[in-house]
Amino acid sequence: MSNAKFKIILNGLINENPTFVLILGMCPTLATTSSAINGFSMGLATSFVLIGSNVAISLLKNLIPDKVRIPAYVVVIATFVSVVEMFMQAYVPALYASLGIFIPLIVVNCIVLGRAEAFASKNSVFDSALDGIGIGLGFTFALTLLGMVREFLGTGKIFSMSVFPDKYGMLIFILAPGAFIALAYLIAIMNKLRKA
Amino acid sequence: MKKLTSSFKNMLISLLSISVFSALTLGSVYTLTKEPIEKSKNAKQENAIKEVLPKFDHLSATEKIPVSAGDTLNVYKAYDKNNVFVGAAVETNSKKGFAGDIKLMVGFDRNGNIINYSVLEQKETPGLGSKMTDWFKTPNGKRDIRGKNPAINNLSVSKDGGEIDAITAATISSRAFLEAVNKAYRAYAGNSNAPKAQDANSGASPISKTEQK
Repeated sequence: MSNAKFKIILNGLINENPTFVLILGMCPTLATTSSAINGFSMGLATSFVLIGSNVAISLLKNLIPDKVRIPAYVVVIATFVSVVEMFMQAYVPALYASLGIFIPLIVVNCIVLGRAEAFASKNSVFDSALDGIGIGLGFTFALTLLGMVREFLGTGKIFSMSVFPDKYGMLIFILAPGAFIALAYLIAIMNKLRKA
Repeated sequence: MKKLTSSFKNMLISLLSISVFSALTLGSVYTLTKEPIEKSKNAKQENAIKEVLPKFDHLSATEKIPVSAGDTLNVYKAYDKNNVFVGAAVETNSKKGFAGDIKLMVGFDRNGNIINYSVLEQKETPGLGSKMTDWFKTPNGKRDIRGKNPAINNLSVSKDGGEIDAITAATISSRAFLEAVNKAYRAYAGNSNAPKAQDANSGASPISKTEQK
């Protein structure tokens, strides 16, 4: 893979990381990361939608007149989300139950529509797919990391494996305020690392 | 290929074809996943029933038992190989949870003692009310509801004069949980086919005649 193509992936993962740099899609980020596995699966589901919609929109970009591009994109994205939702319900019901309403809400995740508008509608199919992979990986990485931190501090577990006893966990990290605190610290650390 | 101009005809055709194509995709995925979704739902329920009952051979058809106006619970009665009634699982619920409804599967033996329970659905606060999934089956202090009989024991939280220790810092969730359990017992006892409570030690008594279906 040439350097330029690799850069597109890296761009999504680090320089334009949707969570840590663009600060997009905060609703699912804060709500679904109460455990590492939840964050990871939410990231994967979003990645799938992102790659699919990026490819589809990049393929269709010349067939969609400018004035109706947003409704067209939304229909394409909604289709992918519904497909993911039905497959999850069928084959991973436990995960579907724990992510709940946030799967259908991927439709209105601004990362997906943002990438469709900012990247896929202007670039080639292959580049758009790479951008989807990159941003998807970045989102998954961020959500998994946040989920790990919250799960570890809140319950003493990482990926459900006990590190220290449950009763010493700080409950606040499982609840909503802990999501904000953990996210803020992670963003600060990431900014420091990126500038270093 | 040149980008299509935003004429009325182009917009109409473009949106229409995208919508039709999406509808076709969704329709086929729906048919494809319909059966697995149904299956996984049933499997979840079956696992819950198995978890809360002793070994059984077959279940009766679902019975809908009314417990109060407009409120009916599903009761699944279990029989062993010789068609002897071994217990019943009751799918129960409470609307008094701290956050949303609580759904439980509670298993009773033939004497009305609670064998076990399984939480089917709850949205209580993580780390507090959500502990109900294990709390009431932990043999610690007065937490454990297993082996207790709602007809004899007062299954309410100790704060309300009952015999059960509420979850720390989650009294509302605990009350809702116990309400659901008591409701399940009412459905179990209100079930005409269920034998009346009897001494657990005389387990050999001929009770099969009442449960024949």
